[in-house]
Amino acid sequence: MTFSAPLEKRFARMLQSYPQKRSALVPMLMYAQDEVGSLTDEVIAEIADRLGVTVLQVNEVIGYYSMMHKKPLGQYHVQVYTNISCMLRGGFKVWDHARKTLGIGHKQVDADGRFSLEEVECIGSCCWAPAMQVNYDYHHNVTPESFDRVINELKKGGGQ
Amino acid sequence: MIYGLRDLMPGSEHEVKVISRRFDLPNSASIDTYLANEGYQAFLKARKMTQDEIIEEVKKSGLRGRGGAGFSTGMKWSFVPKNIQKPRYIVCNADESEPGTCKDRLLMQFDPHEIIEGMMIAGLAIDAHKGFIYIRGEYRFLIEIVEKAIDEAYARGWLGKNIQGTGFDFDCVAHSGAGAYECGEESALLESLEGKRGIPRIRPPFPAVAGLYQSPTILNNVETFATVPAIILKGGDWYHALGTPKNGGTKLTNISGHVKRPGCYELPLGISLRKAIYEVAGGMEGDKKIKAIIPGGSSTPMLVPDQLDTPMDFDSMAKQGTFLGSGGLVVMNEDTCMVEVALRVMRFYSHESCGWCIPCREGTTWLKKMLTRFHAGGGEERDINLINELAQAMLGRTFCPLGDAAAMPMISAVKHFRADFEAHLNGNKCPYEGRQ
Ligand SMILES: Cc1cc2nc3c(=O)[nH]c(=O)nc-3n(C[C@H](O)[C@H](O)[C@H](O)COP(=O)(O)O)c2cc1C
Ligand code: FES
Repeated sequence: MTFSAPLEKRFARMLQSYPQKRSALVPMLMYAQDEVGSLTDEVIAEIADRLGVTVLQVNEVIGYYSMMHKKPLGQYHVQVYTNISCMLRGGFKVWDHARKTLGIGHKQVDADGRFSLEEVECIGSCCWAPAMQVNYDYHHNVTPESFDRVINELKKGGGQ
Repeated sequence: MIYGLRDLMPGSEHEVKVISRRFDLPNSASIDTYLANEGYQAFLKARKMTQDEIIEEVKKSGLRGRGGAGFSTGMKWSFVPKNIQKPRYIVCNADESEPGTCKDRLLMQFDPHEIIEGMMIAGLAIDAHKGFIYIRGEYRFLIEIVEKAIDEAYARGWLGKNIQGTGFDFDCVAHSGAGAYECGEESALLESLEGKRGIPRIRPPFPAVAGLYQSPTILNNVETFATVPAIILKGGDWYHALGTPKNGGTKLTNISGHVKRPGCYELPLGISLRKAIYEVAGGMEGDKKIKAIIPGGSSTPMLVPDQLDTPMDFDSMAKQGTFLGSGGLVVMNEDTCMVEVALRVMRFYSHESCGWCIPCREGTTWLKKMLTRFHAGGGEERDINLINELAQAMLGRTFCPLGDAAAMPMISAVKHFRADFEAHLNGNKCPYEGRQ
């Protein structure tokens, strides 16, 4: 299989960057996942082949990292952070609100594949807590009200 | 969205800006701004020094690792053997995932060249020509900023072959992680950088001798590398004098939790907790009382208000039985349920335990289950001691320090806040519910 031209360019550069090809495995999986939507069997076989490792070795790695997934997430993957600094400033309120508003629970995808939800640990926004990420986009000092604003924007097709 | 400096660093008169001194300049991340403001001058200066002179200057500065353990950076560099005929590597730890810590991201966002220059100087010190910046996967926007800085440096001849005609070659690569706290642990990070699961390695040998691809490797935190150019330019003595004896310099400090002005501040080492909380961060929200303080990220044992006069440096924190850690101060007010805090912290460590060694994998899971039941009112008197005993049994018995990181805050929670645990007994619901 081939990926988009910019991604192929990135991969070509990656293969030059490391003294041992296998080092490119984790970032390659991440970027491929972002483009394809999930780590399909086809993606896994392709990357294993390019890096000269076995499919089993790739699967072993995928099983370890929490950002890697074999099933597609929603178009907007909403991640609510509830670790200590977030918790102290209302992270669980945002989390409860998110579940109610989106009608889905932890690691679930909604019926039309638009939103998925996950309770996550800490993204280094502790001083601007509680924090939330939609895909790679950061939101600080989240309240139930600002949560609604972000989600409504996305529903209207705005945002990223 | 990408937040600006005003949102992230509210500012304080107590700040001493060394590594953040360029953050305020327009386009601070660009190579033009960097070059116009002392950028890459330390590299040129270091190029004229011997390897031993560079290491000596870093030792003199009293710089201690900013990633958590506080080990002397100059010492660490001096452990790289001169006689091993293998390529050497420089690895920058930008995995930043210790709850309470959000400082390295500012360096990457506002002054990425400072990090690259620090890595190049480390390269000069040990004759390494290749550097990797391992950035946690969630920080995609920062990976893009750092990649752009690297591209600019290549385009302008500050990376690559024969840098500025000095005869020194150095390559630098930004590398994405994929969501794993354990990959911040140095040996697990190296495994991950080799394309494997982030399982820690047994030490010795330490990375200085057998690190990336079993080659001599210097691995430091982002902030540690970012500090090096200023030390080379202005001298180790100058830097040391900004802090306290044996605890040189300044530290990016994160203050979060129930304070009025949470944020990131560059503070001289040795400032007291009281000053940091009440003057720098503006005091407690709603003027409530302080109940507990996490001094250096969620893995460090908690302190209580009696200890507010402790200076924030490595040695003074150690005297109080805790650590300066990564500089992530989390302040909790009197309405905080410490059983809930312990539970949330343990849920994190149990999720992040890599599962390799049994005391960590089983210990964190067992403690999480027990604390979940306890917080819901299903606790028994004997559980309180059991929590402490279990945590004590993990200490020092795990393959990597993640087990200690999980155990230490539990021990301090039971020691300082037994009353909170007792209040949950006899099927009582959490007495703090609804108080925040
Ligand atoms: C579980 C665990 C997680 C860690 N996470 C980080 C991290 O995110 N960033 C970091 O710089 N150091 C982290 N460390 C510390 C590193 O192992 C290592 O000591 C440090 O990066 C060395 O750099 P320094 O000497 O400049 O501090 C972690 C350690 C452990 C045990
Ligand atoms: S605790 Fe919420 S981002 Fe760190």
